[in-house]
Amino acid sequence: MDTVILLTLTGLGLAALYFLVASGLSLVFGLADVLNFAHGLFLGVGAYATWWAAGNLPGAGSDGFGFVLAVAFGVAAGTLVAVLVELVLIRPLYSRTIEQVLVTVGLSLAGVALLQATWGADARPFPRPEWTRGVTGILGAQVPNGGLLLVIAAVLVLGALLAFLQWTRYGLVIRAGVENREMVTALGIDVRKAFTLVFAIGGAAAALAGALGGVYFGTVSPGQGSSLLIFAFIVVVIGGMGSVVGSAYAAVAVGLLQQFVNYYGTSGLGDICVVGLLAVVLLLRPQGIAGKVATA
Amino acid sequence: MTEVKSPEVPAPPAAVPAELTSERGRWHRVRPYLPLVVLLVAAILPYSTVQLPGIFEGPLNSPGTLQLLAICLIFGGLAAGYDLLFGRTGMLSFGHALYFAAGVYGTDVLITKAGLPLWQAALLTISGGTILAALLGAVALRTVGIAFAMVTLAFAQVGAILVARDFGGLTGGEEGLPLDVSGLPAGLVGVTNTVNLYWLALAYLALVVFVVHRVSGSATGRVLAGLRDDERRIGVLGLDPYRYKLVAFTLAGGLAASGGVVYCLIVGGASPHITSSELTLSLLVMVVLGGPGTRWGPVLGGILYMYLDHRLTAFGASDAVDSLPAVLSRPLSQPLFVLGTIFILAVYFFPGGLASLTPRLTLLRRSLTGGSSRRS
Repeated sequence: MDTVILLTLTGLGLAALYFLVASGLSLVFGLADVLNFAHGLFLGVGAYATWWAAGNLPGAGSDGFGFVLAVAFGVAAGTLVAVLVELVLIRPLYSRTIEQVLVTVGLSLAGVALLQATWGADARPFPRPEWTRGVTGILGAQVPNGGLLLVIAAVLVLGALLAFLQWTRYGLVIRAGVENREMVTALGIDVRKAFTLVFAIGGAAAALAGALGGVYFGTVSPGQGSSLLIFAFIVVVIGGMGSVVGSAYAAVAVGLLQQFVNYYGTSGLGDICVVGLLAVVLLLRPQGIAGKVATA
Repeated sequence: MTEVKSPEVPAPPAAVPAELTSERGRWHRVRPYLPLVVLLVAAILPYSTVQLPGIFEGPLNSPGTLQLLAICLIFGGLAAGYDLLFGRTGMLSFGHALYFAAGVYGTDVLITKAGLPLWQAALLTISGGTILAALLGAVALRTVGIAFAMVTLAFAQVGAILVARDFGGLTGGEEGLPLDVSGLPAGLVGVTNTVNLYWLALAYLALVVFVVHRVSGSATGRVLAGLRDDERRIGVLGLDPYRYKLVAFTLAGGLAASGGVVYCLIVGGASPHITSSELTLSLLVMVVLGGPGTRWGPVLGGILYMYLDHRLTAFGASDAVDSLPAVLSRPLSQPLFVLGTIFILAVYFFPGGLASLTPRLTLLRRSLTGGSSRRS
């Protein structure tokens, strides 16, 4: 029983990480039709900026309020990079989907290489508050605190995103844009502002995932983003593109499946089961759990 | 919703009016044979001892240079095969590395672990790779556009996981699997025989270019081009898009697997990095840099990309770069940073890739020389 609870909670931790990356990807894809390969870069920027801030930024540190400040700095850096990418690189190629994908591919290659050039290819120990190294006893299972932190952050982000989409004017524009972009444009609303906003949200969530993922794994390395990105893509497709709630469900399904099969089966089998799940979902329900048809 | 289309391929240069061809008529008669001449030059290249300082480290016939050239040729062929999907049929597959890796690991495992002779291993691997492409393609092609890209990416990821986790001790995991050369023909083993591998790679490239050229010139090729431009119209004509796409996918997979066989011999083993999605991404970069949907663009793009990928490492370590301030020298020592940046610039400023440069330059020259070229 302890094992099941432990696996469930660590699986949820993994799911939280996937959700933080996938929610932004899903919104960007749903609204702007951009398959954003550079999303892993935002994650990397967030992780490295947090790591840098903890060591160099006055007032920031690896514990207590200083750590919050460092994470805030990381999230701000990720958001800034995402907004810059949208404004400088994506916007001129408006509605030319393939070129946008190609640019993000180039960006993911060049950006990761740049991180590697600046801070080296090897993983670096991540500054983390002392208490995240410990465990908490929940129903007899010893759960690592880093995972719990991720779950709490993901639930908060999910709540905030849903509230934003539900109750604000820009949330309404984004929801309408996901549904039918042409109609929103025809009504005289500048959807491109919403694009920038969605990129900023996605960049912030991914940067948060980078910072908290650094806490969870204890290290930070340039390639971290791209390996997470593939599973985030799978989560987006299973959840349905453009749907935040769908991403949350799919992230939980993928995280739990991966954790349980990897524990009870051979290591690595869980990852393969996830791809199997993707194939089944695509064959039975190509539009994902909740979302528009994933054709474009 | 926007349909996923291939990037706009620039129209082939318009037929030159008769009055312009008078002086260039001879050139036009020679032109169809130019590929053969290039092939011949490439074939006798290993007999040359010319030193090209700065471009290659040793003389042209040194084993190091020949191996680098052979790898470049293989990737030229791979890019041409990938272009069959991307440039000619408009399918954005992110899992092409899987079939290449199947070729490399298939050959390696069958020779090293099962002890088969080379020809049997090669035959089994190529047919296995083709069947794998047919099976996975049959599933993946039920989706279109970006979803297709995701599914192929996910399938390739399974391949990468299988190789990295080393199920059954077959693949050697992270370390890779060096090729057991004891059972190979003597002509393919050893540093002195690198030239034979070079010729093998050249033959592979020629084969791929020939196959892709024949396919795209055939009736099937015209259907594929139709699929790229407007899939619904092909459906309206009563043709089954699914079947044609599966043919292209299987053929490209088989070509990639055969490339894997040759690559395995050249490099002398397999390492897990060839299964990564990064390899597929670089194939995409090669095709786009070269010019999708053109005959020579992807080949040139592949050769150039691999060459730069290898040589930029040396360039990054050279004194000229080291003497620069750290802000500049560190990124420049990362080949992927340079290549990624070039790629982004190419997407913006040369959407047709290298292949579009010739018509553009011709236009430029003609407008510069003005009236003088318009003599009749």
